[in-house]
Amino acid sequence: MDSIIGKKLGMTRIFDDVGNDLPVTVIHAGPCTVSQVKTTERDGYRAVQLAFGVRKLKNTPKPLVGHFKKAGIEPARVVKEFQSSAEHKIGDVVTVDIFSEGDLVKVVGRTKGKGFTGVMKRHGFHGGRASHGKKDQLRAGGSIGASSDPSRVFPGRRMAGRSGNARRTVTHLKVVKVIPESNQIFVLGAVPGPRNGTVYLTKQS
Amino acid sequence: MDKILHEATKSYLQTKHPEFRPGDRVAVDVKVVEGSRTRLQTFEGNVIAMSGAGINRTFTVRKISEGVGVERIFPLHSPSIDGIRVVRLGKVRRAKLYYLRKLRGKAARIKERR
Repeated sequence: MDSIIGKKLGMTRIFDDVGNDLPVTVIHAGPCTVSQVKTTERDGYRAVQLAFGVRKLKNTPKPLVGHFKKAGIEPARVVKEFQSSAEHKIGDVVTVDIFSEGDLVKVVGRTKGKGFTGVMKRHGFHGGRASHGKKDQLRAGGSIGASSDPSRVFPGRRMAGRSGNARRTVTHLKVVKVIPESNQIFVLGAVPGPRNGTVYLTKQS
Repeated sequence: MDKILHEATKSYLQTKHPEFRPGDRVAVDVKVVEGSRTRLQTFEGNVIAMSGAGINRTFTVRKISEGVGVERIFPLHSPSIDGIRVVRLGKVRRAKLYYLRKLRGKAARIKERR
């Protein structure tokens, strides 16, 4: 198994032996239980479904209660399918042990929602000029197209709007430390999402 | 600082350094890597500020070098700090001694704490 579900705990710093100061994200990853195995014969594709976290029975949707009951495991907070070449059976437990120092991982998360934002924050536009007679257009996006020809705005024009709260993948993050006792993994650099947000880690070759 | 993060970084904390506070004069031995060999460089001056908690704790050392004020901010738990020696205890009435930047010579002295 190359993937695991985790919870982002936050960022901090650690020092390596040489004295380098490393910014790291601490993630509580696993243990995850295999809740379903999908096979080519039965489902048309191969996948392993992992369950992570705890959820009270009364807070679990009824269809999921049945799903967990069938697998014979406790209700979990997150359920997610991953591809895996290895053989797994229901009830198997996946822990952070699958990662080791120096591995490169891909981390998927949901970014913090920013609400309705302007074009500078959302798309990195430069805004307007502060001097040379410019007024009231410091953060404006500028022209959105030509005039009577074509008399319309072309699709895909980048404008202000809702930003954040989207699925984002960050690839090639280095694993700096794995602590199996506390199910923690230290990843070099930032990871999408707020603290306590759910993230998916996958090993990269 | 977040409790969980503090717990997670505990093993990286340095415990070998003596206690000191703003106003104290310290000598910091910094490891300097030159090619393949490492040597120690000492930076001696007054601690004018300390900030952060846990592994993020830093302290600022100010000294006058050839008439020019030089300040260096050290992460307290950095392994590139070989050692810290407290040279003189200072008696000051605030935690951040940024006012020293405006003072020169005699006026910039700090009273000794006994």
